[in-house]
Amino acid sequence: MEILYAILIAPFVEMGSYPDLFIQALWDGFVAGTLYGLIALGFVLIFKASGVFNFSQPILVVLAALSLVSFYKMGIPAWISVILVLIMFYVLAWLVERLILRQLVNQDGNILFMSTIGLTFIIIGAAQWIFGGVPSAMIVNELGFPNGSLEWPMFGGGVYFEMIDISAAVIAVIMIVILAVFFSKTKIGRGLRAVADDHQAALSVGISLNQIWVIVWFVAGIVALVTGIFWGARSDVSFALQIIGFKALPVLIIGGFTSIQGAIIGGLIIGLGEKIFEIYWGPLLGSGVEGWFAYVIALVFLLYRPQGLFGDKLIERV
Amino acid sequence: MFYRETGQFKSKYKEELAAFPLAEDKVGIAILLVIAYVFIPIFGIPGLSFEFTMGAIMIPVFIFTITTLGLNILLGFAGQISLGTGAFMGVGAYSCYKIMTIFPDLNIIICVILSGLVTAIVGMIFGLPSLKIKGFYLIVATLAAQFFLEWAFIRVAWLYNYNDSGGIEGTNKEMFGLIVSGPQSDALTRYFIVLTLLVLLTWLASNVIRGRIGRSWMMIRDMDIAAELIGVRPLTAKLSAFAFSSFYIGISGALMVFFWLGAAEVESFDVSHSFTYLFMVIIGGLGSITGSYMGAALVWVIPVLIKEIGKTAFGFDAFVMENFSIIFLGVAIVVILIVEPHGLARLWQITKQKLRLWPFPY
Repeated sequence: MEILYAILIAPFVEMGSYPDLFIQALWDGFVAGTLYGLIALGFVLIFKASGVFNFSQPILVVLAALSLVSFYKMGIPAWISVILVLIMFYVLAWLVERLILRQLVNQDGNILFMSTIGLTFIIIGAAQWIFGGVPSAMIVNELGFPNGSLEWPMFGGGVYFEMIDISAAVIAVIMIVILAVFFSKTKIGRGLRAVADDHQAALSVGISLNQIWVIVWFVAGIVALVTGIFWGARSDVSFALQIIGFKALPVLIIGGFTSIQGAIIGGLIIGLGEKIFEIYWGPLLGSGVEGWFAYVIALVFLLYRPQGLFGDKLIERV
Repeated sequence: MFYRETGQFKSKYKEELAAFPLAEDKVGIAILLVIAYVFIPIFGIPGLSFEFTMGAIMIPVFIFTITTLGLNILLGFAGQISLGTGAFMGVGAYSCYKIMTIFPDLNIIICVILSGLVTAIVGMIFGLPSLKIKGFYLIVATLAAQFFLEWAFIRVAWLYNYNDSGGIEGTNKEMFGLIVSGPQSDALTRYFIVLTLLVLLTWLASNVIRGRIGRSWMMIRDMDIAAELIGVRPLTAKLSAFAFSSFYIGISGALMVFFWLGAAEVESFDVSHSFTYLFMVIIGGLGSITGSYMGAALVWVIPVLIKEIGKTAFGFDAFVMENFSIIFLGVAIVVILIVEPHGLARLWQITKQKLRLWPFPY
């Protein structure tokens, strides 16, 4: 009975008696969820446009954050560093297309997936070699993002909203809107969707696969840069960020591999779910459950909807 | 130039069913066994010290070959992708440790095999989602296993006997009056034990794969719905694949801690190791036993050699060589995928085919 009480009733009593803590937890979960969603967005973009399950997205986030900080430390002004990182990502996108994807056209999805793991290793090794593995702080103020936090007193306590988190949420929303418009209204966006639908049909109407791949990897790089800046602001910039990147996988599962809004909603479900569970149910299991709870949420979703909330329905033929 | 399969006639079904129906294959395997059992223990590998040969090359390669065999059964033969290999090795190691503390007098080989069985059960539990989930989606289910088990290795203090370090450690174990495991054991003894287990497990795997269970795995891999229609039960096929693969992985985990490292913490079983084992399978070749050997050897030995050569011959510092070997591994994966997506095993087959016609190809 005591166990049942601890699982089923006590957490809700706690939520009710300290509503300010509960709202704080919701906000933290919301911000974390937005960032998970952004990482997942990078996966979705590339999967949508080329059918490649791009495992290197988390390391692209690390690379973006790390190179931005390193450029700044070399004495380059913050905004010019951002531009340099973008140029670097364009070159990287071009190299990836030229040296890896073009060689693997028409291969099985598994093979492409493995090749992005290979790419991940190359980037890890190169980034550690060039930039070093020492964690450093993100240059948030230098980029002009507001500092400090808003305090909102309520229920005898108070809820803190960090300004940087608010900026992250706002920028995430802006980016999703831009991407949605880009995908549905522009010529390139329509080309991207055509390629995702059918490589050969797209080629036959004159869409250049190679060009589309470069563009989509570059866009994924931009998303990685934004994610890197805000994750870097929450924790230090280091290779540990990569582990957080794995959290994007359950997000993808919940949202579906091909849906942009799915990535964000999945991110929010994971972010909120694991925060609430960690705070209210975690102590029962001895805390630290954040590491795996996201995957459990995803598993539960999978058992009921194997294609994710917004994914395309799987049709199997024999 | 090279041997041919033709011209070797069989007059009994039993001969057809032999593990190595070709005389040349029998000779080849015998030569390899002689090299492994006699030449390497006596002469070592030319140019490398004996300690280095045993501790940094032979023993780990054999252990990782067992891991790769296990993962290859799951991924290459049954088509179920898994990123939980590292944690399943952990299950093997921790359960072996627990079995040794509960039954201190039990023979260590039996402990290792029992820990394989424990891992098989754990693997079956975490394999349950595979009945409903397929392809990339299964990665998430196995990552759930990976992170949950990693968490359990830290939080469940019972697993490491509540000691302060939070790790597990091997003690001296005797067998037939010889110390076979623990800090005072001889590298050569451990080498022979690991090698013998590897040979036995390879023999077991090759026979299971040829048999009814193995063929049901391959049917599930090639097209699960069609397999179901012709009477393969997905439940038994998939779960037996998970159990069998986890059995191998668990044994290799126990061997890794008690016959190679001597002690281990949770870092030895983290997700980056899962990736390394995945590479061994991919580079070696999916669905090939020979490939498992080649993949494990290549992925393990090349970074070790690069680091060693860089350190002794060129005097680079460890940090640079570490990164260089990571980059090299990444490049190797990409290049092998581009050159031959089916891995070293297929390359070996192609080489054999070419050698048959050499020097007069048509």
